[in-house]
Amino acid sequence: MTNTLHRYSEHYALEPAPNPAPVRDDYIVFAMASRGINDDDLVEKYRGFLHLALKHKPVNIGDATKGGALRPRQDMNPTAHWRRGHQPDPEQVIAGIEGHTTVAAVFDNYAAMEAFVEELKAADLGISVNISAPMAEAERCCRDAGIVRHSVEYSLGFRGRVDKLPDAKTLELSTMCGHGMLSADFVRKMVDWVKENRRTPAEAARYMARFCTCGVFNVSRAERIIRKACALQR
Amino acid sequence: MKIDPDKCVACGNCVAVCPMGAIHIDPEVGRAVVDQDECVECFACYRGMSKEHLNPVMVRAIRKTARLFRFRFDPEPDICPTDAIVPQDLAWPRIVRRAFSDPQVPHESTGIHGRGTAEVKTNDVTARVNEGEAGFVVEFGRPGVGTRFRDIERVTAALAELGVEFETNNPVTSLMRDPSRGLLRGDILGEKILSAIVEIKTKLEQVPAVLRRIKDLGREVDTVISVGVSTRCDTEGNDSLRGMLEREGYAAYRGKTNLGLGRVTVRNEA
Repeated sequence: MTNTLHRYSEHYALEPAPNPAPVRDDYIVFAMASRGINDDDLVEKYRGFLHLALKHKPVNIGDATKGGALRPRQDMNPTAHWRRGHQPDPEQVIAGIEGHTTVAAVFDNYAAMEAFVEELKAADLGISVNISAPMAEAERCCRDAGIVRHSVEYSLGFRGRVDKLPDAKTLELSTMCGHGMLSADFVRKMVDWVKENRRTPAEAARYMARFCTCGVFNVSRAERIIRKACALQR
Repeated sequence: MKIDPDKCVACGNCVAVCPMGAIHIDPEVGRAVVDQDECVECFACYRGMSKEHLNPVMVRAIRKTARLFRFRFDPEPDICPTDAIVPQDLAWPRIVRRAFSDPQVPHESTGIHGRGTAEVKTNDVTARVNEGEAGFVVEFGRPGVGTRFRDIERVTAALAELGVEFETNNPVTSLMRDPSRGLLRGDILGEKILSAIVEIKTKLEQVPAVLRRIKDLGREVDTVISVGVSTRCDTEGNDSLRGMLEREGYAAYRGKTNLGLGRVTVRNEA
């Protein structure tokens, strides 16, 4: 599962701009246990991880087998079309953890991620913890937290029939669900709806987040991208 | 996936949410239909949309009346109002579509959800990739393009010729009839999936050659390929991979960093 590895930004454009702007609002910290190695008291470790994360105000958290803090509902009624709640429910994520999975917390600022990583180091949960972010920022975080990096994995972008890919802004949004559950057509539709003033950027970002089954979709970054795509100041 | 024509009200919400663009409204019948050859059984429509369970006859009557007066109702875009999307029983070989497309189904070969690979995410306790080695995750079909196994085989066969080592504990490897030649089972070659990851391991110094070969192979397949490369850092936390990638012209901007906080905690009674 490389669900957070290939998050598109200008750096991966086929013809990159000379100095692409750094991405400073997309940091994911996730944990994964290995069968028969460190999966004892697994549920408690995962819940402990997410409880620690909540102290640092993540913009999303998720359990890869159940979903994120924003999820589709099976019991909607027609009033939802006028009065829909868009509030995330992180406690539902934590309560729903049942066994082997990957749990993740998404932050929109470096300081929150770094503080969380420091707490994780002190908590010593014994499960594997990774940062998925710009590599230089992750390296800086390790240095600041007094951690020696164990392994690294670099995303090298896309090859092959890249002519089949959507435009850059759509890719930035759709690849935030790394499993590809968020369709490019839906992203374009939501951006168009924001342009037409039928929905706000915040609402559009939350519709998209519900399709991400791991909870790694960054609603804060998505709002920023949608505003930029729509050239909105509001 | 199928759409129940008795329940569908042709609202069109499911059309945009399909990652493969496999759903459309058939004007002949006035219902949404799924192109079974393009559908990868990812369940994004079934699971990703909220549901209302409304009476289809009532909803059709309201929609018909509104259309008569050219009223536009502005519904929530991620709701199936009548719960019309229905999963179907999947038999071999179609069942591999779901295994490689629905991230909430664990792969039988690895027990891992998603694409079924752990890469270096657990390298601190599994030691899959060591210093001086490089682990490649070569992913086909993502984002949003999809792929058929025949394209994957084209690449795995070429990589096998380079003498690379395919990760044993990987869903694609488990479907190989001859891993030494990178050949997949013949009965799945036409199946379309959302994405699959081929994992290989090489010596670090082989990285440039493998990357160039993958770049060349990208011109021969009818899908997109995304590549990740990993290695283990030295005792100081430094890695010798980044410089190598930058020399090859890759951005290497984003990625994953394993913090090394994992440790063996399960006592092996045996």
